[in-house]
Amino acid sequence: MTAKGRLGALLPKLILSPSFVIVLIFVYGFIAYTLYLSFTASTMLPNYDLVGLRNYERLWQLPHWWLAVKNLAIFGTLYIVVSCALGLFLAILLDQKIRGEGMLRPIYLYPMALSFIVTGTAWKWFLDPGIGIENTMQQWGWDSFQFGWIKDRTMAIYCVAIAAIWQSSGFVMAMFLAGLRGVDGEIIKAARIDGASTVTTYRRIIIPMMRPVFLSAFVVLAHLAIKSYDLVVALTGGGPGQATELPATFMYSYTFSRSQMGVGAASAIVMMMMVFAIIVPYIYAETKREPGQ
Amino acid sequence: MSARTESRPDGGRVLRALLYAALILFAIYYLLPLYVMLANSVKPLEEIRQGNMMALPQVLTFEPWAQAWSEAKVGVAATGLKPYFWNSIKMVVPAVIIVTILGALNGYVLTKYTFRGANILFGMMLLGCFIPFQIALIPAARVLGFLGIAGTTWGLVLVHTAYGLGFATLFFRNYYAAFPTELIRAARIDGAGFFTIFFRILLPSSGPIIVVTVIWLFTNIWNDFLFGVSFGDFDSQPMTVALNNLVSSSGGVKEYNVHFAGAILAALPTLIVYIVSGRYFVRGLMSGAVKG
Repeated sequence: MTAKGRLGALLPKLILSPSFVIVLIFVYGFIAYTLYLSFTASTMLPNYDLVGLRNYERLWQLPHWWLAVKNLAIFGTLYIVVSCALGLFLAILLDQKIRGEGMLRPIYLYPMALSFIVTGTAWKWFLDPGIGIENTMQQWGWDSFQFGWIKDRTMAIYCVAIAAIWQSSGFVMAMFLAGLRGVDGEIIKAARIDGASTVTTYRRIIIPMMRPVFLSAFVVLAHLAIKSYDLVVALTGGGPGQATELPATFMYSYTFSRSQMGVGAASAIVMMMMVFAIIVPYIYAETKREPGQ
Repeated sequence: MSARTESRPDGGRVLRALLYAALILFAIYYLLPLYVMLANSVKPLEEIRQGNMMALPQVLTFEPWAQAWSEAKVGVAATGLKPYFWNSIKMVVPAVIIVTILGALNGYVLTKYTFRGANILFGMMLLGCFIPFQIALIPAARVLGFLGIAGTTWGLVLVHTAYGLGFATLFFRNYYAAFPTELIRAARIDGAGFFTIFFRILLPSSGPIIVVTVIWLFTNIWNDFLFGVSFGDFDSQPMTVALNNLVSSSGGVKEYNVHFAGAILAALPTLIVYIVSGRYFVRGLMSGAVKG
């Protein structure tokens, strides 16, 4: 083979290699490093004395971490279930040959273009009893109206869910709408001829056909929920007290403000396990499939 | 619905009206926060405190916007959001360009020059899209420090490049997979080289996927907060971090109108991109989520 030919054969791999090296370092190298730190006595700075599983034991003994995990369970469940229900509902409504669909769809979807910091800023104010909805309702004459969840330790986490659902449900709607548009019209026609009502057609035939969309929506929303950080920072700052702390905010504060880097690293590893439990089977199925299908 | 319309015209009409009412109600739900932000960003502070957040402004003032842009106290310095806006631009533009080019080349290699193990390689890159970034915070700080770019815009560009690559590669790979391989083979037989084929044959038909990728990356990188707050300095902190500092600064009176003007300023670039190219925006979201 000529020198030029050999270069030609190498070129594709050469082109791919910088990206691959970056990913190798920034994804796999970093995972390995954080995993290693999670077994060390690191405090404010990395420290390479191994301490076994002590950080993990400590982590699961901390009420603070349990609170973050419990909050994630509440927030994540609500976020996924309500976003899916609302998204599907809106998609079905929009799929009824609506006049003005072209105008409504972008209105439902635009929050997805916003940063969670912007969403948090807006909703923080909205949910604030002093100037937000509570105040507005009272000024409109509904004197007994109260909505102070954001200041309430037990209810504040629901406020995070409310704002997050506002941001993402339009996106889920778009996913379902694409799914609905892909349903073969013949199937619906056949159901009609058999005398099925609209509601029955949706309940028995069309919604079960949306399984893949439910799965995609679940994967996307679940991993967004686990990673949620900005929204909490902007909306509640983790408060009142620690009432809206999530694993992501826990990790940040333990690593950078409380100087317990070992525990912080352990919490990051636990978060990664959660994401991988959801995402790895999904990616495995994706890469198995021929591209473009 | 249409079946009922035929059999029971009146019932159908009522249902139809209910349907539209529901749709409009939801439109209001999604628009309300934006309306409240806009309306209150042009009210004097007095009016906000005494009035109702839903009310239209009685006195129209653009002072809050001017303050948010160039005078308000962000963190410690009274610079307004202006310098941070430029920080964001200086970070987003290079990152988007670099990642798009690399993504296109990767997609090209992964579909038209496949080799053993290419799928595993791609799977590894894809997994990188989904890792919680908390895992990267400690090591990335070390690496940026080691490279001497901690706290700089270039440090942020590097981090965003690393975590944008997976999706960009995914987008281009799926797009090029549908491109007829025979055409490439024919060109190769005619003696066209790797880059000739890329620039002359693939790139000219890549318009839509480039737009999708650029929008996706732009939105994600512009809206990022975690990396900005972890690795940014005054000279490199992006808009989202500055907005959060502006809103949560504790000293003195809370100037809600300035906060809202600032929030809209931070949202404006991605909103404009969304309005101008909504169709592509949705496509990007979908391929990031659904497609394989």
